[in-house]
Amino acid sequence: MAFPEPRPQAPQLPQHLLRTINCQQGAVRAVRFNGDGNYILSCGSDKSLKLWSVGRGTLLKTYSGHGYEVLDADSSFDNSQICSCSSDKTVILWDVATGQVTRKLRGHAGKVNCVQFNEEATVTLSGSIDGTVRCWDNRSRKSEPIQILDEARDGISSLKVVQHELLTGSVDGRVRRYDLRMGQLHVDFIDSPITCVCFSQDGQCTLSSSLDSAVRLLDKSTGEMLGEYKGHKMKGYKLDCCLSNRDTHVLSCSEDGHVYCWDLVEGSLSLKLLVGTAVVQSLSFHPSETRLLTAMEGRVQVWSAEPEETEDEAPLL
Amino acid sequence: MASDGGGEEDFVTYGTPLEPLEEDEPLKKPVPLHEQTVKDEKGRYQRFHGAFTGGFSAGYFNTVGSKEGWAPSTFVSSRQQKAEKPHARPEDFMDEEDFGEHGIAPRQITTSREFSSGRRDEAADKARAVGAQASLIPGDLLLEELITPARSSIGVELLRRMGWREGQGVGPRVKRKARKQQADDGARVYGCALPPAGSEEDEEEEEEFAPENVTYAPKDVTPMDFTPKSGLQGLGYRGLDPGLALQGSGAAQHIELFDPQGGRLFGDSQRGSRRRGVAGQAFGVGALEDDDEDIYHRDSMSRYDTVLGGEEPGDGLYGWTAPQQYSDKKDRSRDASYLGKILEGFTLAQNPLEEKQVFPPPTLPRGYRPVHHFRPKVDVLRLSGVSPALAEALKTSKGHMVKEEPQQGGRHQLVSGQRGALLGEDTLQGPRSVMDLLKPEDKERLLRLRSSTQPASSPAPPTQTPPTTSPVPSALTPLWTPSSVQQEAQAAWRGTQPSSQTFRPFDKNPSKQARYDLYLSRLRQGDRDAVEQSLDPCMTEWERSRERDEFVRASILYRPASTSLSSRFTRGKNQEDEDTVEVARDQEGDVDDKQAAVKMKMFGKMTRETFEWHPDKLLCKRFNVPDPYTGSGLVGLPKVKRDKFSVFNFLAVTESREPKAPPKPPDTEKKSRWDVSQSKEAAEKKDDLSDLLSTGKNHAETGPEPEPSDTAAATSSRSEEPTDQEGSEKGDEEESRPPMDLFKAIFASSSEEKSSSSEAESNDEEEAEERQEEEVKVESEPLNLFSISTGVSSSAATPACQPPVPSQTKEDEEEEVFGPKLPPPSAVVYTGGTAGVCPPSQEDKRVRKRSKEKKPKKSKHKKEKKVRWKEKQQDRNRFETDLGSAQKKKQKKKKGKQKKSRKESESSSDDSDPDVSPDLLLKRLKNIRSQQSR
Repeated sequence: MAFPEPRPQAPQLPQHLLRTINCQQGAVRAVRFNGDGNYILSCGSDKSLKLWSVGRGTLLKTYSGHGYEVLDADSSFDNSQICSCSSDKTVILWDVATGQVTRKLRGHAGKVNCVQFNEEATVTLSGSIDGTVRCWDNRSRKSEPIQILDEARDGISSLKVVQHELLTGSVDGRVRRYDLRMGQLHVDFIDSPITCVCFSQDGQCTLSSSLDSAVRLLDKSTGEMLGEYKGHKMKGYKLDCCLSNRDTHVLSCSEDGHVYCWDLVEGSLSLKLLVGTAVVQSLSFHPSETRLLTAMEGRVQVWSAEPEETEDEAPLL
Repeated sequence: MASDGGGEEDFVTYGTPLEPLEEDEPLKKPVPLHEQTVKDEKGRYQRFHGAFTGGFSAGYFNTVGSKEGWAPSTFVSSRQQKAEKPHARPEDFMDEEDFGEHGIAPRQITTSREFSSGRRDEAADKARAVGAQASLIPGDLLLEELITPARSSIGVELLRRMGWREGQGVGPRVKRKARKQQADDGARVYGCALPPAGSEEDEEEEEEFAPENVTYAPKDVTPMDFTPKSGLQGLGYRGLDPGLALQGSGAAQHIELFDPQGGRLFGDSQRGSRRRGVAGQAFGVGALEDDDEDIYHRDSMSRYDTVLGGEEPGDGLYGWTAPQQYSDKKDRSRDASYLGKILEGFTLAQNPLEEKQVFPPPTLPRGYRPVHHFRPKVDVLRLSGVSPALAEALKTSKGHMVKEEPQQGGRHQLVSGQRGALLGEDTLQGPRSVMDLLKPEDKERLLRLRSSTQPASSPAPPTQTPPTTSPVPSALTPLWTPSSVQQEAQAAWRGTQPSSQTFRPFDKNPSKQARYDLYLSRLRQGDRDAVEQSLDPCMTEWERSRERDEFVRASILYRPASTSLSSRFTRGKNQEDEDTVEVARDQEGDVDDKQAAVKMKMFGKMTRETFEWHPDKLLCKRFNVPDPYTGSGLVGLPKVKRDKFSVFNFLAVTESREPKAPPKPPDTEKKSRWDVSQSKEAAEKKDDLSDLLSTGKNHAETGPEPEPSDTAAATSSRSEEPTDQEGSEKGDEEESRPPMDLFKAIFASSSEEKSSSSEAESNDEEEAEERQEEEVKVESEPLNLFSISTGVSSSAATPACQPPVPSQTKEDEEEEVFGPKLPPPSAVVYTGGTAGVCPPSQEDKRVRKRSKEKKPKKSKHKKEKKVRWKEKQQDRNRFETDLGSAQKKKQKKKKGKQKKSRKESESSSDDSDPDVSPDLLLKRLKNIRSQQSR
C-alpha cells in the first residue's frame, strides 16, 4: 500500500539491464530470488534447477533429480534448503550445499505448478493441477502430507504463504485465502483463470493476475478491488506478476515480450520494459532492493535501477 | 556387655571397654558428631566411599596408589622378551585391608577344603550368611549346618549323644530298615523330593534277609518349610542366591526344585556342564557365565496336581500339591532312571505314543496270479460303420459312459458363456444388453423413429429385439397408459426380495408410506390390481387416483435394481449408509451473480465468500499458530450428510417432462475454464439447446437418412463421453433429430446431470472442434446410434464453409484438461553462441498426441513437420558433442524452432506483431473468424 513517503522520491524502477545469464537449461520456467536476494534460482525445462549468484552471474550449483521440467522453486529463510516442484508430480527438497535430494514428496496426481516454504521452512506447500494444495511436513519423515486443501475446483496455478496465511490462485477463477489463525477460508471470485497471486509486502492486499489480461489488487480483508492494471497481454500462458519491494509498483509479465510496470496507486503504466521478443515467463522482484529478474526462454536477465558502473561484464545480448 | 567386677573370666568380652570412670575427673566433653571420625589401625582416616567402592577409603588418602599419586606403569618394549608377560593377579590390586581379616581376600591360615565341611571357607560363609536371608528355603542352610560335623549346634550334639547319627532320621527306631541315604556324590535331595521309585521293592526284597530283632533308625525326613510366602513372586520362584554367586567352581549346586530335566531328581543326572557365577531364574546371562543354556526356568502345569485327592501317592505326601512326578509312578517303564540320560531341553512325554495298529494283509485266494488284463477300449464314435443301436449297445456293455466329444473345436472357439458353463458357473442373470433396460415404449419409439427415418424404398428391417429376461409387455402399447405403467411396475417388482434398502419415498407421511409398502409387497407377489387393494378406501376418489398415480410412478422410478442391473453387480461388502452423501456444508453461492458482479467490477461483498475452514492441528503447530478450533476433529471444510435422493427428483420427472437433475455434488462442477470468453449463462444455453432440438425435430423428416444401425451397437454408445452426446445434440442443425424424450429415456438422470453441467460449462468455441470429433467418429464407427442424429455429417460434407479449426481451439481444449500453459521453450534464435539444449516441451507432445487422436487428416502436414523437427533435434542431441555437426544442424534446428514457436505463440494471440508472414496472417484471420462465428 502506498503510504506517503516522507520525502517524495523519484520512483525507482529497474530499467537498466545489469546482466543476462544464459542458463542453458532449456526454457527457464521460473526464476526466483532467494530469501535475501543474493542468489537466483532458475527452474529449467531440462529437469534441472540451478543456483546462480546475482552479483557475478556465475553458476553455483546444479540440482538435478527431477523427472520432468521444473516449474517452481523456493528457498528457505536460512538458505539451507530449496524446494522445487516439477511436472513429474513430485516436490523435492534439496540440501543447498551438497545438492543432494533431502526428500522427494510424492502424492500429487498431476504436475505441480507452485511450491513454497512457510516462514520457518517447517512446512512445504505445493499446488498442483490436480486442484489440491498439499502441506508437507518438513519436520517428520512422513510421506503423507499434513493436510490436503482440495477446495479448488481446478488446478492450482499459484500459491503464496505469508505468516499464517496461504493464498492460492486457481484456474477456476478464484483466489482463496486460508487463514490459519482464524480458521477461515476466503474465496474471491475473479472469474478468469488465475495465473499468479501475491501478497503485498504489508500484507493488506492481494495481487492476482488472470487470463483476461488484467492484474487486480484486492483488499485482503474485504475483497474489494483497489486497483486494476491492464495493458499487457496475458491470454494463454501462465505468467507471473509481482509487486515491487516497497509496494509502489505492480509488475507483470506479458506475452508480447515486455514487463509492464504500473504505479500502484495511480494505476498508470509507468514502465514498459522490453525484455525480448518472446514471452516473458517469469519474474521476481528483489526483496529489498530495486532489482528485477526476468526469465525469457533460456535466459534470465537481471534489471536494476541504475546501470552498474563496472561494465566488465557486458550483457551478452 | 562390658565386664566389670569380679568373676571376669566367666564372661566373654565384646567390643571396646569404656574407660574406667574416675571420681574426681571432670566430665569429658562429648565429642561432637563431626569430629567423630573413623580411623584405621594406623591412624589414617577412613573415608566412607559408598557401597560400590568397598566401603572405606581406597588407596592413599582418597587417591589411587601412593602419596605421589598413581603412577602408570611405564611402557617397556616387549619385542625382545615376548615370552614373559606381566600377569596381573587380582591380589596385585589389593591393599592390606583387603588381605586383612575382614577384607575380601583374607590371608590367613585356614583349614583347607578337604578338612572342612563342604563349603567351609570364609567368603562362602559370609555369602551364605547373606543368602540365608534372601533364600526362600532356609532349610537349605539349616540342613547344611546339621550335617556339618565340625561345628555342630547344641541340638546336634544332644542328638548325637542320644545315639543319633548323621543321615538317620529322628525318632524311635523302627523295625524296617532305613533306606539308604543318598549322601553320596552330592546328589542331595532337598525340598519335596520323592523317594526313589524302586525303594519299596528293594526294601521288600531286603527285608527277607533282615533279622527280626534288628531295628533301624527311621527315615530321615526333609523338613517341610511352611513359611508363608511373602512377596509377589510366583510359586516356585527363587531369588538370586548370593552364596552361589560368590562361590567357586567346586561349590555345590543350587538346588532346583522344579528341575526341567525331570530325571534329575532321580539318581544320577547330568552335572557336567554347570555354570558358575551369578545364577538364578531372575537373571539373564551374566558376563561371568560360560554359556547361556537354560537360563529361564520352565515349568508346566502338568507338574501340578490338578485334582484334589485324585490319587494317593502313598508316600505320606497326600494332599501335597507341590509338583510331583506322578506320571512317572504310573508308568514304571518310563522312569527316567531307567531311560538314562535325557537330552537337555527334552522332557518325558506325558502321554505315551499311540501304538500303530497294523492290520495283516488279506489272505490271497488260491490260484491268484498277479497279472492285470487291460480291457480293449472301444471308441464308439469313431466306428463309422457301426449302427447307432450297436454303438449304444457297445457303450452300455462297456459299463461306463463314453463322454460326448465336445462339438467345439477347442476352448478358444467357445464363447465366454459356454466356458463358464463348462466350469459350472452360473450364468449372469441380468439383461444382456442395455436395450433390455429400456422401457418397452421407449424401445417402441426407437423403432418407430428408425422406421420413419428409413427411406420409403428400403423397407424397415425387422428389428430383432434381443432376448430379455425381464418380461416385456406387448410392444405396441399406447404411450403411457396407466395399465401399461402398472404392468411395468409389476414386472419390475415381481419376485423381488423385500429388503431394507428399498427407497422410502413417503417417509414423511407414515400412513402413506405404509400403504406404499403394502402396494410394493403386493407387487412382489405379482398381484394384478395391487394399487387398488392397497389404497385407502376411506379416501376420496380424487385422492385415491392421485395416490395411485404417485405409487405407480414411485414404484417404477425406484424399481428394484435386481431386475435390471443388480444381478450384474456384486454388492459391496461393507456398504455405508448409501442414502446419504457427504456434502460440504457451506455451498458456494451462485456463480452467475458473481460473474455479473465481476463484469461490473464490483468486487467485494458480491465476490467474497468466507467459509469456516479447519486447519490440521499439526499444520497450526508448524505455523506457530494456535488451533482456531481446538477440540474439533474436523479438517478442511465442515461437511454434512445429505440425502442422496430426494423424492422430488423422482416425482417431478413425469409431471414435467424436463427432469431435474439431483443436486449436483460440488465436485461435478470441477471444470476447467481456462479459456476466457464465457459470457453466456447457463440458462440461455438451455434455451439454445431446446431450440436446437426443436429445429432438429423439424428437420427430422427432411434430413439425410441415417444408416440402419444395429441396436446393440447403438446402446454401446451410451458409454461415450457426455461431450460426444452433447456434441451430437448441438452439432448441426440441419440434421435429423430424434425427439428429446428419447434421449431422456436412454440417458437417465445420471447422465443428464453430467450433460447439463457440461452444457453449462461448454463454450461455443468447442463446437467446431466437436464437429471434428464427430467426423472422426463417423469414420471410425459408422454403426452408431448417433449416426441417426449426426448422420452423414454435414460438416464433413461442407468443410469449406466451416472455418478450418484454428490451432488455438485445440490448445484451448488441451488446456481444459491440463490447466495453464507454459510458454514454448524457445521461440527465437538464441543470442548466445552456446545455446542450451531444449527438449520438446510437454505441450508439444500433448499437441502431437491429440492431433493424432483427433485430427488425423488435417494435422498431417503439421505433424510431419513436427516429427521432422523432432528427428532433427534428436540428431542434434546425439551429436551434440561433435562440434562440426552440431554447428551445421543448429541452423536447421533454429529454423524448426522458429517456425513452431511462432505458430504457437501466434495461434493464441490476437494482437498484431510487427513481422508476420502472409500465411500466418491468413491463419490468424481464420482464427478470428472462427471466434466470431461462435
